[in-house]
Amino acid sequence: MFTIVAIMFSGIGVGWLFRRRQFPMLSQVITVLIWALLFCLGVEVGMNPQVIGRLGDLGIEAVVLCVGGLAGSIALAWALWLVVQHKKKGGQP
Amino acid sequence: MKGSLIIVGFFALGIAVGLLHWIPADIDINQWSFIALCALIFAVGFSVGNDTQMLRRFKQLNPLLLLLPLMTIIGTLAGTAVIAFALPHRSLTECLAVGSGFAYYSLSSVIITQYHGPELGTVALLANILREVITLLGAPLMVRWFGRLAPISAGGATTMDTTLPIITRCCGQEYVILSMFHGFLVDFSVPFLVSLFCSL
Repeated sequence: MFTIVAIMFSGIGVGWLFRRRQFPMLSQVITVLIWALLFCLGVEVGMNPQVIGRLGDLGIEAVVLCVGGLAGSIALAWALWLVVQHKKKGGQP
Repeated sequence: MKGSLIIVGFFALGIAVGLLHWIPADIDINQWSFIALCALIFAVGFSVGNDTQMLRRFKQLNPLLLLLPLMTIIGTLAGTAVIAFALPHRSLTECLAVGSGFAYYSLSSVIITQYHGPELGTVALLANILREVITLLGAPLMVRWFGRLAPISAGGATTMDTTLPIITRCCGQEYVILSMFHGFLVDFSVPFLVSLFCSL
């Protein structure tokens, strides 16, 4: 965890040092890195027969976890929306 | 949507290459993906530090709405924690690590693969791609049933890029800044929370 956080902050620091310059290539670099990483993840999955054999089960797990996360976040967003609407009706700007 | 399909394409291509054993045995793919991951995190940090306009625009928001990223994070973690009870072979922290992807599937799945291997990494990839797809397709219904903040919360870390157009259309132009602020903060939390839950 420390490595990842340290790299993130050094990135922010270096980016801030170069804040007067624009880097239009940056988003393309990020896109290519993401492609490379997903390709690597695919290779690891493909070379691992245990994961390949369980791809269906893993998919079901993914659906369940996704729905749980979505339901929780939407419920709290709904609660905040109701509070905001209530305050508006109460005559506050 | 097109971006997600290309990503899934690269993932599928990787699976095919792995299945056919086209990668020479002396190449450590795990080590290469860690180097690429470090480069990606550095580039993401660089883009955040480089954009000084972003913070200035956020100052105009309704202070109550600034709580939305927190709602998204707490709600998602609570929801996945409940699901963790239904998945006895997964620990609570594993489920929370998958949930902490907040639809940022590329980064979260790679970090999780580094810590827990490709099995949980694949679950994280699929769960978080699905979250983005459901937000893209379901945003109009979410607005109708749960108010205009719901699709922003559902979109998680993607609300400043891939899901911003649909949110603008369903919630209205006045929610663009909030959506970007939300995406910015949740996006920022992904590497921290995912690696935190992986190391617990």
